[in-house]
Amino acid sequence: MLYTNLKHIETAAEHQKLINENENVMICCGRMGPMCIPVYGIMEDLEGEYKHVKFADMEFDSPESHVIRNVPEVRSFMGIPFTMYYKNGKLVKATSSIQSMTQVRNILDSEFAAAK
Amino acid sequence: MTQSNHYDAIVVGAGPAGLTAGIYLSRGHVRTLILNEGTIGGQMILTHEIANYPGVESVSGYQLSMVMRNQAKKFGCDIKSNISIASLNLDADIKEITLADGSVFTADAVILSPGGRSRTLGVPGEETLKGKGISYCATCDGDFFTGKEIMVVGGGNSALEEAVSLTKYVSKVTIVHQFDHFQAFDYAVEEARNNPKIAFMMESGITAFHGGEKLEGVEITHLKDGSKQNYPIDGVFIFIGYVPNTEFLSQKIETNTWKEIVVNADMETNLKGVFAAGDSIAKKYRQVTTAVADGTIAALSASRYIHELHKNNALQPVIS
Repeated sequence: MLYTNLKHIETAAEHQKLINENENVMICCGRMGPMCIPVYGIMEDLEGEYKHVKFADMEFDSPESHVIRNVPEVRSFMGIPFTMYYKNGKLVKATSSIQSMTQVRNILDSEFAAAK
Repeated sequence: MTQSNHYDAIVVGAGPAGLTAGIYLSRGHVRTLILNEGTIGGQMILTHEIANYPGVESVSGYQLSMVMRNQAKKFGCDIKSNISIASLNLDADIKEITLADGSVFTADAVILSPGGRSRTLGVPGEETLKGKGISYCATCDGDFFTGKEIMVVGGGNSALEEAVSLTKYVSKVTIVHQFDHFQAFDYAVEEARNNPKIAFMMESGITAFHGGEKLEGVEITHLKDGSKQNYPIDGVFIFIGYVPNTEFLSQKIETNTWKEIVVNADMETNLKGVFAAGDSIAKKYRQVTTAVADGTIAALSASRYIHELHKNNALQPVIS
């Protein structure tokens, strides 16, 4: 269980629904560990500012998170969390391991800039 | 457009030292703001289990930080996290902190508790291959390297203990260390030396990482004779200690050779009304308990300073 204030995605179907129904989506797939918690914290802080983006998390160890763990874009990833950015249902960017506030902002601003 | 807000005290950093200072100050009716550049909890959240915090049998670093944050908020402390500090003016009587978004906050006293962060090697390829073969957390990423060959960089307790723990997953660990001996405790060295999966590469350092989509190899430099050799490797875990987050401070704050803030027993820095606490100060032991103690002392010293300041200001004759 992820103890965050973000929306939790528990099933592959929920994941599909979220990215289908929202133009801009950021999902952090991880555990409650030191590389993941900072990214959840950043997302919680940015949620109010980036109202055109839907923020959510998903448990890395849940079998349902195969929708993130098995996509070709993360084949070379060897560090959690896997952070995914979707636009109109399509994966446009993915990062591996801890990220800073600046790195997350840069991606949000470049990938989801038009709607801000 | 900028906005200005005055507090009795501003605490910079929200690790155990900063949060404790926030709890003590706010409970003492000192109007307090905590400004935090990173995640609340600081390096405390790096610990999966804290089993030596008195009064609590076992707790995760994340849970303990959330309890401390809630305690501080309950007493009325304002907390702003994931901010970016643009500038500080700490020499004047009224201390001023400007954030990157243009917000300006002022205070009578400031407690600096910015903590520290994991040291990186700072060599070519490290930043781009982070998460693609380079890791700083064995418990987070160890299972990605099941059956693979890896290196661990470092010679302290963390490096040796994590190297041993990684042997649960990997086929071989080579510990790369810059000296001809380890700084770790004897028990940790012995455990590593007795592990058949662990090899050692002493007086050596990684000077470059190679790879495209993922890490493929490293360049090792022998630090005595300068010879270089490339090794294919699947993963590298780096545990080479911590550096204090003090780069943003002006040169007017006294720091030592390692850029740690110099304080006296009351946690006072060389600047009037500026205190410091936690992992960023010059001290020998860095534990959650010592950070909490530092934060308590800094808060009590700052409270006394603010009280005296307000008392003296009230006694000033009004000149019209």
